[in-house]
Amino acid sequence: MKDTVIKAEKLSKRFGDFIAANELSFEVYPGEIFGFLGANGAGKTTAMRMLCGLSIPSSGQATVAGFDVYRQTDEIKRNIGYMSQKFSLYEDLTVLENIRFYAGIYGLSNKEIREKSDELVTRLGLESESEKLVSALPLGWRQKLSFSVAIIHQPKIVFLDEPTGGVDPVTRRQFWDLIYAASDQGITVFVTTHYMDEAEYCNRISIMVDGRIDALDTPANLKQQFAARSMDEVFYQLARKAKRQAD
Amino acid sequence: MKQFFTFVRKEFYHVFRDRKTLLLLFGLPITQIILFGFALTNEIKNAKIVVADYAKDVASQQIINKIEASKYFDIDRSLMSHEQLEAAFREGKIKMAVVFPENFNEDLVHLNKAQIQVIADAADINTATTLTGYVTNIINDYQTQMKNSQAMPMRIVPEVRMYYNPQLRGEHTFIPGMMAMIMMLVCVMMTAISIVREKELGTMEVLLVSPFKPFMVILSKFVPYLIISMVNITSILLLSWFFLDLPVKGNILLFYLESLLFIITSLSLGLLISIKSESQQTAMFVSLMATMLPTMLLSGFMFPIENMPIPLQVISNAVPSKWFYVIVRSVMIKGAGFSAIWKETLILFGMTVFLLVVSLRNFKIRLA
Repeated sequence: MKDTVIKAEKLSKRFGDFIAANELSFEVYPGEIFGFLGANGAGKTTAMRMLCGLSIPSSGQATVAGFDVYRQTDEIKRNIGYMSQKFSLYEDLTVLENIRFYAGIYGLSNKEIREKSDELVTRLGLESESEKLVSALPLGWRQKLSFSVAIIHQPKIVFLDEPTGGVDPVTRRQFWDLIYAASDQGITVFVTTHYMDEAEYCNRISIMVDGRIDALDTPANLKQQFAARSMDEVFYQLARKAKRQAD
Repeated sequence: MKQFFTFVRKEFYHVFRDRKTLLLLFGLPITQIILFGFALTNEIKNAKIVVADYAKDVASQQIINKIEASKYFDIDRSLMSHEQLEAAFREGKIKMAVVFPENFNEDLVHLNKAQIQVIADAADINTATTLTGYVTNIINDYQTQMKNSQAMPMRIVPEVRMYYNPQLRGEHTFIPGMMAMIMMLVCVMMTAISIVREKELGTMEVLLVSPFKPFMVILSKFVPYLIISMVNITSILLLSWFFLDLPVKGNILLFYLESLLFIITSLSLGLLISIKSESQQTAMFVSLMATMLPTMLLSGFMFPIENMPIPLQVISNAVPSKWFYVIVRSVMIKGAGFSAIWKETLILFGMTVFLLVVSLRNFKIRLA
């Protein structure tokens, strides 16, 4: 049996009568890039929030990095990184101050913080910008910085919530190079998106429709299963069945 | 603990990077006091007043001559009716009116008692008090003279009427009121905005996913504004002491402890507002509505609560600055000890606990 870093069994979240996530069951393996697809309002964010310990599931079981999502949220938080669609950097702080802050609240030592921030700035080629305010950086750079900051404490898993919103395809491709690099280091990547070209970059993808997972496999297998030429077609075949209105 | 300091340092970056807000935070109390100080120390000379002498007798003439002799007044002798007087006040043409009724001397001689009506424009409290004070002195002076020259003691009763602000509240109410207002403004608004900004930027989510405890996030947010408020209190105290000659009469430690309590009340209110607001604009608007208006209108600082309709009096009890205002006035102006203000302290403490409990409970719900 394969090792798992995330294991969900019939994980559900209800808000009153509304079932945002309906009996989700899936496994994510170490070092994998796991894509979580779905139209707006399909329940991607709800599912991710439950796994991050931001939201308590209504029923079902799940473990993240071997810890229970009900009882061990503190342990989970120490072992995951998170990047939201808003990039979540402080615009009135400089690049270095942002790096140091996030490294600091994850409890890295001063020495580690110094080493990490030097290394990060060099790797991103931000040497000349490191003392500048983040508000002066172009969107693509902020995004890369935000991702690098999210994995600064070497988490087991990093959750990316629609990380590439609002940037052009070239920048998106560059961003994916960073994701591959992280995956090579053994960090498991859990990414939600609604860009189908990004779906092709993932090792495996699950497609959510109306709160349920309707398909889960490698992109190649999914295309075969749905007799489709691209992920776009797979997605439309599934999404057409959706009853829920996107918000 | 190190994480906590990292966070507090970040909060200070936010505060110090925003120069305009910073200037406002520290500059507001200082400018207010200096402006007010100048307004207070300005001596009044040649104030325009009207003397309406309906008596035209010996006594009235003598008093008017005395008034005229002083350098404070610029007298216009005209027999204005009350309507005309009011119009002149409204247009700001005159600062005060002195009205001698008919039979002034006769009353004085036969009844040993006569009245003079003194009306002042108390929209400008300080001028009004000073002017009526001068006139009353002149009248008293005249009385003393007469007493010495006549067998029967006589009494002239100056009937003073303050237009527009019968309660005459001045600098002794200004400083405590302003303290309450500035602290509310800084603590409530800045806390609310800084927390909501993190929600808007999406950084709050990242913080909540981090191992850093939500409670610590709130605590770190409190620290900079608590320190800023303490600095502000100190600068207000020093200025009012050296500039307005208004030192803290009571125990200074007690004063700081009470202020600390009120700051925490305000911070908690800011926290509650931030939890309920989704955008910085909402947070700012709600903060202003929840602090400035009640502090100005319902704390007793500008308008006496005793004169308000009962429903407003009841509502005023829910305004934290009302209680802090009473505390500051007692400790700072009257020099009262804890025994005089324990009730107010307890109420503020209760409010703080209530606000904190409601906020923390709601903060948790947001996480669920």
